[in-house]
Amino acid sequence: MQRVGDSLPVKWTLIVLALVLTALVLVVPLIEIVRQALAGGVGELLDNLTNTYTLSAIWLTLLIAVITVPLNVLFGTVLAWLVTRFRFLGRRLLQTLIDIPFAVSPVIAGLVYLLLYGRNGWLGQWLAGYDIQLMFAWPGMVLVTLFVTSPFVARELIPLMQAQGRQEEEAAVSLGARGAQLFYRITLPNIRSGLIYGAILTNARAMGEFGAVSVVSGMINGVTISLPLQVEQLYQDYNTVGSFVSALLLAMLAVLTLVIKGLLEWLAERRQQRHSKVAEDV
Amino acid sequence: MPARHVLASLFAASALGASLFAHAENVTLLNVSYDPTRELYQQYNKAFSQWYQKESGDSVSIQQSNGGSGSQSRSVIEGAPADVVTLALAYDIDAIADRNAGVPKDWQKQLPDNSSPYTSTIVFLVRKGNPKGIHDWGDLTKQGVEVITPNPKTSGGARWNFLAAWSWALKQKLGDLGKLHDPRYAEEMKAATAYARDYVRDLFKNASVLDSGARGSTNTFVKNGQGDVLIAWESDALLASEKLDKGNYEIVVPSLSILTEPPVAKVEGNVKRKGEAAEKAADAYLKHLYSPEGQRIIADNYYRPRNTDGIPQQELRLFPKLELVNVDEVFGGWAKAQKTFFADGGVFDQLQQR
Repeated sequence: MQRVGDSLPVKWTLIVLALVLTALVLVVPLIEIVRQALAGGVGELLDNLTNTYTLSAIWLTLLIAVITVPLNVLFGTVLAWLVTRFRFLGRRLLQTLIDIPFAVSPVIAGLVYLLLYGRNGWLGQWLAGYDIQLMFAWPGMVLVTLFVTSPFVARELIPLMQAQGRQEEEAAVSLGARGAQLFYRITLPNIRSGLIYGAILTNARAMGEFGAVSVVSGMINGVTISLPLQVEQLYQDYNTVGSFVSALLLAMLAVLTLVIKGLLEWLAERRQQRHSKVAEDV
Repeated sequence: MPARHVLASLFAASALGASLFAHAENVTLLNVSYDPTRELYQQYNKAFSQWYQKESGDSVSIQQSNGGSGSQSRSVIEGAPADVVTLALAYDIDAIADRNAGVPKDWQKQLPDNSSPYTSTIVFLVRKGNPKGIHDWGDLTKQGVEVITPNPKTSGGARWNFLAAWSWALKQKLGDLGKLHDPRYAEEMKAATAYARDYVRDLFKNASVLDSGARGSTNTFVKNGQGDVLIAWESDALLASEKLDKGNYEIVVPSLSILTEPPVAKVEGNVKRKGEAAEKAADAYLKHLYSPEGQRIIADNYYRPRNTDGIPQQELRLFPKLELVNVDEVFGGWAKAQKTFFADGGVFDQLQQR
């Protein structure tokens, strides 16, 4: 009997095709980034890395991520819980609304925030009365990043929680679990993988976002320039090496995020194995 | 934003403390500028801070922001906290003044020379040996010539490019630009305008890439190797041919170009809130551009200084003499030119609809 995957020519054509495409689309550009960053030697790379503007771009990028990720993890979890565990009027509408940041171009998101919170927007005017400026400063960049990355966690969790249903949670409640107990002992372990993946995506996008932040940044050197903006800024300054050093930093942050994700998954798996072993022993 | 308040008051307290002892203040100013002035202001900001510290005892640090002139003007209107603006053309500062965004209506009279401490012009940058044989504006519409210019909607430099091309075409047809405002030549003028329209439409047909700022265009031409001719600020063309990649590019000076006057202004509305020391520093920052030191730095960065005293001959030799028209004479000022050519539905938009 023939089975799928038996045909050797098909198998090898597909493998070669996949490898070539991966090399062209992923590996070659990555190598090129490293090559360009090292074009002026290690010394120039270090100079560009320790440049005050680059350091400030790194801090700003980390600051944006550090604020955005926890807030959106919280927001996404609450939203997914609400949408999958409760029935209410407008539930479907809410589910559609979550996707808006996916649907609109980030540049438009930036522009809308600028027109709302800028000097001429009604919210901006109200805030200016208290001497608070959000746009063209880091809080504005955090704000638009929050918007752009808001769907990631919820989008990961909603299908997961829908598939799992609520039997386990109902069982826990009938056994007398309180709200917090229910969340930490039943819900959280079940959605952990989705939550981690959502957080990773949120983080990657928060660090890499260009369009929305470029609209509200004002491009002030050393103040409102995050790493993706710094890549463009240095390129326009005719500093190709510096530009690629910033690009390399961004790529490394992405790799680091993936490593952390792998580590967390590995830890979770190990714990699960230990748990099931304990269960078997009992 | 409580954290910001705390920081601000801490900063204010430390500034107060410092002033009790030395009567010196720490001032931070933000200069919002157009695209190709990056190197100029990098050098000038440093020099100014040193000079001002010696002069007044106050220490000033200058923050710098660069981008397409039109978008930078828009940012300031929307609330970017600029203390001074140094943009590509007067209209972009007029736009800030018109919307009461912190610049007084008569800003252009506050400093000498129309508030423009330096001038420049529009020239062509071609590849080594000038393989396409480009010598004047007429060569840009030839078939097979790929032109690189930024987008007039966002870039100040591109608007100068457009007006320079238009002026050349008018002169081509009229022979003498003195006929422009003479009612006796109304018929001739009509024909010349039609000719200029056709010429500029053909020119933009040959434009393969429209970047949003002058710097983006120079990068497209120099770094990405696209195009046969870049219509550029003289300063950017000189930077590319003298410093970036010496020997691989040539500057072609057309028979006629436009006198560009990039102006500067203080954004009173913003700087006032920072206090008297900041306001003084902002005034000094702009005035010092006219000083011998300022003019020297301006020439070093390939902008044409207003005052050539004490500037070495080898630098002045980079600025060839050519026939330059003036936006006021040919187009009746920037406000009018902007409305006719670059506003929504204006000539540029009409020409783009092919």
